[in-house]
Amino acid sequence: MTDPSATPIPDITAARRDLVLAALGFAVSGAGFGLVYGLAAREAGFSVIEATSMSVFVLAGAAQFAAVGLVAHGAGWPAIVVLTALLNARHLLYSAAMAPWLGGRSRLERAAMAHVLTDETFALSLAHFQRIGRADVVGFWLAAGFDSISWPVFTALGVIGGQLIPDPAQLGLDVVFPAAMGGLAVKLATDRPAIAAAIAGAALAVVGGILVGPAVSIVVGGFLAPIAGLLIERKGEPAR
Amino acid sequence: MTVQLVGLALLMAAVTYPFRALPLFAPTKDRLPAIVQRYLRLVGPAILAALAAGNTAFAEDAAGHNVFHVGIEWIAVALAVALIAWRGNVFFGIVAAVVMVAVGRAVMGA
Repeated sequence: MTDPSATPIPDITAARRDLVLAALGFAVSGAGFGLVYGLAAREAGFSVIEATSMSVFVLAGAAQFAAVGLVAHGAGWPAIVVLTALLNARHLLYSAAMAPWLGGRSRLERAAMAHVLTDETFALSLAHFQRIGRADVVGFWLAAGFDSISWPVFTALGVIGGQLIPDPAQLGLDVVFPAAMGGLAVKLATDRPAIAAAIAGAALAVVGGILVGPAVSIVVGGFLAPIAGLLIERKGEPAR
Repeated sequence: MTVQLVGLALLMAAVTYPFRALPLFAPTKDRLPAIVQRYLRLVGPAILAALAAGNTAFAEDAAGHNVFHVGIEWIAVALAVALIAWRGNVFFGIVAAVVMVAVGRAVMGA
């Protein structure tokens, strides 16, 4: 499918190269935090199989860190599962936004794509698709590959020897995620409605975060902010 | 080696996967109403900006609670966003932000 609002470029190789470079940034950050997650999991009593299986099956850093903390404090599984659902509800938005691009793929392929539709894969893929003006399955799997391979691998390494590495925050790696998300949002904000949606999303995340906590406010921002964009779009339409 | 928590991982995956999968199996773009198509086009910038802001403006305190926080991360993310908007290169923006935060923390911590 093509998106008429996008500006197609002929050189898909250059677009994929940029995608891989951005994915490398995420991978470096993911590797650092994978090591830290592995170490935290080990301290909470996880074996290497348990910690790594969570990184393979769940593939969602925030929920996994929360789960490790709750296991360490003796929380029951139902509480952890409910919290996971709340933290990962935002993936519904990713999937909905990607559906128009990936609708033509086979059901089996979409089922596999869904498993690796993380924050990073979504951000990189959507920006890439909009840049080239169409879906690019190779680009999707390039984006997904870095994340879904490096996270479990470095989790395992973290369980085995994570105490040997410095805190990724000391190296500034904790800023990779927000910097990349902000930058990719800017790349997607190519017109006034999209800019309005991005600004509203950021504002709702901060204000809502103060009121109800960032996990909920990010989801709320993602759901409600596009309405600001639609209102701007409507305002720009000629009067009938 | 224990494997008991693999069961927890599977349960967590079971509640995560439907969020990631269900809309991918919904009607494709051509069959969606125009207003829904326009809404979905705006979800990307909205949720990514929300993630950027939420992960910049809040940090964990000693007790593990997320609290509002103002620090060098704000400037670093703004720098990255400006560089990416200007040059179009995400990797370049990320590196600039990381260097700024690492140097800033080293200087402030010294």
